Amino acid sequence: MLLWLILLLPLASFAVIGLFLLNRPRLASMVSAGTAVTTAILALAAIWKGNSVEPAAVFSWLRVSHLRIDFTPEWDRLAQLMTFVVTFVGALIHVYSLGYMKNDAGKARFFAYMSLFMFSMQGIVLAGNFVVMFVFWELVGLSSYLLIGFWYEKPGAAEAGKKALLVNKLGDFGFMVGILMVWSIFQTVDFQRLGEMAWLSVTGGNEMSAELKSWLMLMGLLLFCGVAGKSAQLPLHVWLPDAMEGPTPVSALIHAATMVAAGVYMLCRIFFFLAWIPDVLTVIAWVGGATALFAALCAVAQDDIKRVLAYSTMSQLGLMVMGVGLGGPAPAMFHLTTHAFFKALLFLAAGSVLVALHHEQNIWRMGGLRAKLPVTFLAFLAGMLALSGVPGLSGFFSKDEILMVAFARDKVLFGVGTAVSFLTAFYMTRLMAAVFAGRARSEAADHARETPAVMLMPLVILALLSVAAGYSFLGVKDALRDFAGFASAAQAGHSPLAFWILAGVPFAGIAAGWLMYRDVSRNDALACRAPLLHRLLAGRLWFDELYDALVRHGQGGLTTVLNWFDTWVVDCCGVKGVSLSTMCLGNLLRCFHSGNLQTYLIYLSLALVILIFWKLALF
Amino acid sequence: MIAANDCLLMSGALFALGVAGVILRRNILVQLMSLEMILNAANLALAGFSRAHGNLDGQVMVFFIITVAAAEVAVGLAIVVILFRLKKTAHVHELAGLKL
Repeated sequence: MLLWLILLLPLASFAVIGLFLLNRPRLASMVSAGTAVTTAILALAAIWKGNSVEPAAVFSWLRVSHLRIDFTPEWDRLAQLMTFVVTFVGALIHVYSLGYMKNDAGKARFFAYMSLFMFSMQGIVLAGNFVVMFVFWELVGLSSYLLIGFWYEKPGAAEAGKKALLVNKLGDFGFMVGILMVWSIFQTVDFQRLGEMAWLSVTGGNEMSAELKSWLMLMGLLLFCGVAGKSAQLPLHVWLPDAMEGPTPVSALIHAATMVAAGVYMLCRIFFFLAWIPDVLTVIAWVGGATALFAALCAVAQDDIKRVLAYSTMSQLGLMVMGVGLGGPAPAMFHLTTHAFFKALLFLAAGSVLVALHHEQNIWRMGGLRAKLPVTFLAFLAGMLALSGVPGLSGFFSKDEILMVAFARDKVLFGVGTAVSFLTAFYMTRLMAAVFAGRARSEAADHARETPAVMLMPLVILALLSVAAGYSFLGVKDALRDFAGFASAAQAGHSPLAFWILAGVPFAGIAAGWLMYRDVSRNDALACRAPLLHRLLAGRLWFDELYDALVRHGQGGLTTVLNWFDTWVVDCCGVKGVSLSTMCLGNLLRCFHSGNLQTYLIYLSLALVILIFWKLALF
Repeated sequence: MIAANDCLLMSGALFALGVAGVILRRNILVQLMSLEMILNAANLALAGFSRAHGNLDGQVMVFFIITVAAAEVAVGLAIVVILFRLKKTAHVHELAGLKL
């Protein structure tokens, strides 16, 4: 019952707002935020009860021969942790949105979409089988699309929404085919039953035929396609930076804390059977590592405060995916949780800056905000330090765990992780220096005033969590350490060498950043010193241009060929050929029908003569 | 003594002549006459067979046919006369009023 409430309350809120309250924005926002807070409280209660929560009623959704899809909320430790993140961060961001969206014309619509998103996201978390998860997966994509394109009158926002939907659809297609393969190989899509099977086949000798092995590998890679789309991993990452066109609370909730983490959550959920296809795990690890490094490099050269954070999100997601790929789902989930806190915090603080500066997003037109926005500054500082992985804050603990696994399994990826860590500290220092240090570099920055308390309160709570979430007394750190699904992944040993490297790297990054961007002018210091490198990174290695060219020339060429085929082969030979030959034959036969009785008589007599001679010849 | 074969040959020749007349001539009156020849070719064949088999059924049949043919010719000739009055011609190519 409790679980159903957690899942369905936001849906009810969405329905009520969508049906009755679209013209009453104040009430609508109150309903939505109230629901989010209530859901968070209910979720805390359910987590408090833990596994002793009474099993929710099973709702059988689909039953076709022996395909059975039940709608059973999954309530293990993994789901509990993720529920906590989703509902808690979600509630804080709803409260923040009350301030951020205060005077927006589409406020009611915004809160309706937010409720829809909360419902869909909670659905993913509680899904007990692939099909249900896929349904909510798509719902999340839909609400993401709606919220990115929330200010649809801006062409950029509408475009970004479309791009996000299309790129996600690409990944989801792979995911769907992967699910079909799971069904065809195992005859079930239920996580628990798959888990039992995986357990059996691992203990039962592990004798797999080469053919089955390659099928499993294909299946794993297809499932990972969905993850790559949703969590913005390397080939399918292009939508995330553009998604920043949406309102900032949306960026914080959907494109930093929860939805993009859904991919990582899904990887952890199915880790038990990814674990017996090691090749797939290797691919996942390398894709994650490459994404982390690529995004961290791009973040160094962005001018838009939200885009820097977006690339940072991508980079951290890459780290998490790498963690799962290296056989460490528990550290990945830990990092997901702490990252949800400090990245939501950073986005909300950035939103606070944007409100104070009347939506000026270019960091080179900010500056000197430390004194003018003290609370925002402190919150941002906490988030920045946590993200950079400075020892003592949550980000350090979680990143440390992932990189410890990397150190034990793959030294190259450990190097990648360390580089990412350095770059993270570097670009965050650059961001801090440009936004908060120095003198104001625009009129808006000069007249900035601190934002209202309703927006600052979530900042403070998130800042406290960002600092403290790494310590074991909060229970996040060890939540999944002995989780049954992860038992097969042996814990990596602790290495003092790696520890000291990881503790030192953030400081090095911060120092390097500070040296480079200490005296901020209107221009990017990197652009002055290494213009070529800056252009390469600011252009994000021209991925968008590459895709554009691919679509234009690849797809364009294909359509030209198909058009030719359609015009000449189908239309000319097929359609017109049939009609033309019928017409010719008709014209030919028309010659015999002269309408002259005597001609007919000639045919008749000729036929008679032929018949007689034929008859005679036969005898 | 006239053999059955001679009768049949004569009948075939009459039939062929009749058909040729209908096909080749353009005057509707002559075509009608040629039709009568075809009819009489059949009559002749019937009479020949009747004689060859020693059975009078065929000859009875011929009488019936001649009677019916007389009626039919009366109707046909009437039509031709009226057509000629209307169209002022007996040429079949100009009498194509029923053609679609």
